[in-house]
Amino acid sequence: MKAKDRELAALRARIAEISPSEAQRLQQQGAALIDVREADEIAQGSPPGALRLGRGFLELRVEEAVPDFDQPVVLMCNGGTRSLFAADSLARMGYSTLFSMVGGFSRWKAEGLPFEQPSQLDSLARQRYARHLTIPEVGEEGQAKLMASKVLLIGAGGLGCPAAFYLAAAGVGTLGFVDDDVVDRSNLQRQILHSEAKLGMAKVRSARQTVEALNPTVKVDTYETRLSSANVEEIFAGYDVVVDGSDNFPTRYLVNDACVKLGIPNVHGSVYRFEGQASVFWPGYAKRRGPCYRCLYPEPPPAEFAPSCMEAGVLGVLPGVIGLLEAVETIKLLLGVGDPLVGRLLCYDALKAEFRELELQPNPDCPYCAEGRAFPGYIDYEQFCHGA
Amino acid sequence: MSGTVVIRIPTPLRSYTNGADEVALEADTVGQALTTLALLHEGLGERILDADGKPRQFVNIFVGKADLRTLQGLGTSLAPGDVISIVPAVAGGRHEGEG
Ligand SMILES: [Zn+2]
Repeated sequence: MKAKDRELAALRARIAEISPSEAQRLQQQGAALIDVREADEIAQGSPPGALRLGRGFLELRVEEAVPDFDQPVVLMCNGGTRSLFAADSLARMGYSTLFSMVGGFSRWKAEGLPFEQPSQLDSLARQRYARHLTIPEVGEEGQAKLMASKVLLIGAGGLGCPAAFYLAAAGVGTLGFVDDDVVDRSNLQRQILHSEAKLGMAKVRSARQTVEALNPTVKVDTYETRLSSANVEEIFAGYDVVVDGSDNFPTRYLVNDACVKLGIPNVHGSVYRFEGQASVFWPGYAKRRGPCYRCLYPEPPPAEFAPSCMEAGVLGVLPGVIGLLEAVETIKLLLGVGDPLVGRLLCYDALKAEFRELELQPNPDCPYCAEGRAFPGYIDYEQFCHGA
Repeated sequence: MSGTVVIRIPTPLRSYTNGADEVALEADTVGQALTTLALLHEGLGERILDADGKPRQFVNIFVGKADLRTLQGLGTSLAPGDVISIVPAVAGGRHEGEG
């Protein structure tokens, strides 16, 4: 006999076991019903009126929840074992009338007894996201999903700022920023997380301050570095979606390659004067096979074809429009609702006030995303892009 | 038999078309349309096609919504009123030299 089984046999001799329906009757007669399961188990359902104290904090919390040591207490878990240990512990604390519910919540549910799915949102979150909770596509479950999600923004610049601002407002749980730049006055025409008072400050720090002021419940991770083959996987690990708001070709190709390798959706945006484009590069999307960035552009333009800095420029609002399209796509991906821009390039022409859509196909011979191909490895992106 | 088609010029290439965002011309195929465009606007051709006359790797060409690569390439025939879009790769975001 194992030590665990010996211990259980000893506990069963000391602690009264009762069925779920007996537990329910005792609860109706004034007994405390304590659910000692973990939060993720309780999210699946718990008897109405049960005190959800958790096994780990039970001894610390029980006295506040059940101040009368002579009130009958029924302990329950998922199968009826953890509740025996919990009851034994409460006996040692001085509770006089203890029961353990046989079969736990599994049997409670199987016997058709009532249960509720307790709210995963606290009252502050319910207020903050009230306008989300009334949308069927989001609701409480969707909001909880957003709050458990992690989104990485490549660049806290023209595209990353508006995208991150709204993702933070929407309650995305963790936002990461990768940027090695500092705030310059010429950024403020469009990079709305920064401000006059933050000139010279690292953009990731400035972004963190603004995001935390808007929504202190968002966790902000900052990476004040330039993305490279050496750090990309370490930084990307654990993120659900990557929002590419980068400003140079080497980073765009690196972001693409890492996202393809790690299977992370790459939400893409780019802007030029009065024109912008958005798409989602995600070969792993289950409902439709779309391309990766390399399928679309196998090679970057050589330096001599890249427009000079004097020629470039952008209407400040334009990255706002495109960055917010990226934010919308990100939220759709996190919630799993709607039809994403996978295999679709959405083009916005501000002067014409016109949106157009182009169909993108995967390249069956793409060295990075084609079916059944081994990842060819990261490359020297600066050299590949001719320093463009 | 040639019909009039429209080629949309992306912003980065409008310096070759005196700022025009569209060029209308007569053509039966995409290849013909691009060759004519290159003749009309000096310097534009080499930005779109390589020395062998094939679309460059960093430029995508669409007829209506469809990628030329999924059609018959430069031989794709055109109907009057067709719209050709040229979509070059744009890095986007910050602009070098801004600091
Ligand atoms: Zn690909």
